[in-house]
This record gives sequence, C-alpha cells and structure tokens, in this order.
Amino acid sequence: MIDLGRYAGTVLAAYGVSIVLIAGLVWHTVAANARARRALQEFERNG
Amino acid sequence: MSIWEYANPAKFMRTTEGALPWLVGSAAICCVGGVVWGFLTPEDFRQGSTVKIVFLHVPAAMMAINIWVMMLVASLIWIIRRHHVSALAARAAAPIGAVMTLIALATGAIWGQPMWGTWWEWDPRLTSFLILFLFYIGYIALWASVEDPDSAADLTGVLCLVGSVFALLSRYAVLFWNQGLHQGASLSVAPGERMSAVYRHPLYLSMLGFFLLTLALILIRTRTEIRKRRLAALQAREMRA
Repeated sequence: MIDLGRYAGTVLAAYGVSIVLIAGLVWHTVAANARARRALQEFERNG
Repeated sequence: MSIWEYANPAKFMRTTEGALPWLVGSAAICCVGGVVWGFLTPEDFRQGSTVKIVFLHVPAAMMAINIWVMMLVASLIWIIRRHHVSALAARAAAPIGAVMTLIALATGAIWGQPMWGTWWEWDPRLTSFLILFLFYIGYIALWASVEDPDSAADLTGVLCLVGSVFALLSRYAVLFWNQGLHQGASLSVAPGERMSAVYRHPLYLSMLGFFLLTLALILIRTRTEIRKRRLAALQAREMRA
C-alpha cells in the first residue's frame, strides 16, 4: 500500500474529483453519441 | 489531397470512424499509464505527496488553454471559409475545455490549501483561469440559446475571438505580473529549473494521455453534432415536403 503521509486526504481528493469529472465527461460523450446515432438510424429507416 | 476535404461531413465521418478505435486505445493507455505512474512516484522533499497532483493539474490546465486555441482556429475557419464541420468541432470541444478548466481549478484549490494556506487567491493565473472557465460556460450557453445554427456559429465565433485574450492571459499571466502565488512554467528548459526526471517522465506521459483523450472526445462529439445536424436537416426537409 502506498503511504501518502499527512497529505493523503489532499492527494486522494484531487484524484477523486478529477476521475469523477473525466468519467462523467466520457460517459456523457459516449451516451450522447449513441443517442444521436440511434435517432438518425431510426429516422432514416422509418422516414 | 487537401485538408479541406475533411470539411466534407461524409469524408470526416468515414475517416474518423477508422481512426477512433486506435485513438481511444492510445488515449486510455497513456492516460491511465501516466496518472498511475505519477501516483506511484516518491514524495517531494518540500511538497510531500501533494506533488502527485501535478500529473492531473498540469495536463488539465494545458488542455484547458489549448482547447480554446483549437476552438479559435475552428471558429476562424468557419468565419472565413464557412465550413460547417469546423463550427461543429468548436461547439463539440467547448464542454471538454470547460471540464479541463474545472479540473485545473479544483485540483489547484485542493493543492493550494496545504501549500499556500488558502484554497483560493485572486492571483493573476488563478483569476484568468476562472474567467476562462466562465467564457467556456458562456460559449456553451450561447450555442444553446440561438436557434439558427449558422447564426449561433457566427456569434460564438466572435465570443471565441474575445475569449482568446483570456486563454493567452491564463498561459502568460505569471510572466506579466510577479505578485501572484502561482509559480511559473512547470516544465522549463532552463538547466537549473528542470524538474527531476522521476516526475518529468510520468508528467510527459500524462500530458500525452490528456492530449489524446481530448482529441478522441472532440472527434466523437463532432460526429455527434454532425449526426444531429443531419437529422435536423432531414426532419426539416420532410416538414417542407
């Protein structure tokens, strides 16, 4: 286990916030892309 | 072959479809590799383990500025040559830039508390970064509030030109004013100021990872915008018929 010393809370908070924000951005990007692709395919199929 | 061929949405979609899996894979390897390697580096003799925050803070700050510069170039292409893909790419990049700016601000505040004794200071670099973040929010809001996409692209293009002053200010603020808390460049080529290789190498990898991640996300989001635009055009055509 890595010993982060007395700044463990600081380091983990910085990593936690960054990972949550990046994961949220990636999820939003992928979900919006899938939604747009589905909507376009559906429209092209059904007219 | 000319670079302007990629302004054709069909050509852009075909080309990026093939490139994306490689880009996403490389981004994931470099991002995870750089950040994990950085997390495993030893403590700094002055900053302790907080030095590990540099592997997130610097790449995010670097991308926050560079994404705005990329938006500026795309906006200029739209304003001068009226290529829709460039306007959509600028729109697609803005939320990524906003998140990168937010990561830089948040990790900076978390890092600043134990090192400077304060979460926030109206320091030139911190303040210009906050203004850059507000510009990103304003840019996204302006795109969303104008119904006609071409008018929205024109207006956001002008906003992007104005905001570029703050993007450049964020980069060079520490050189203009000396009274700030924030240090100068993290990576210097001057011999006496070079960061130790123990930290420099994982930082380079992390920066490469953030760059590739940003590029992959911009391409995916631009593809999304192209699809939305095509759907809107098809719906409008059907309404007219």
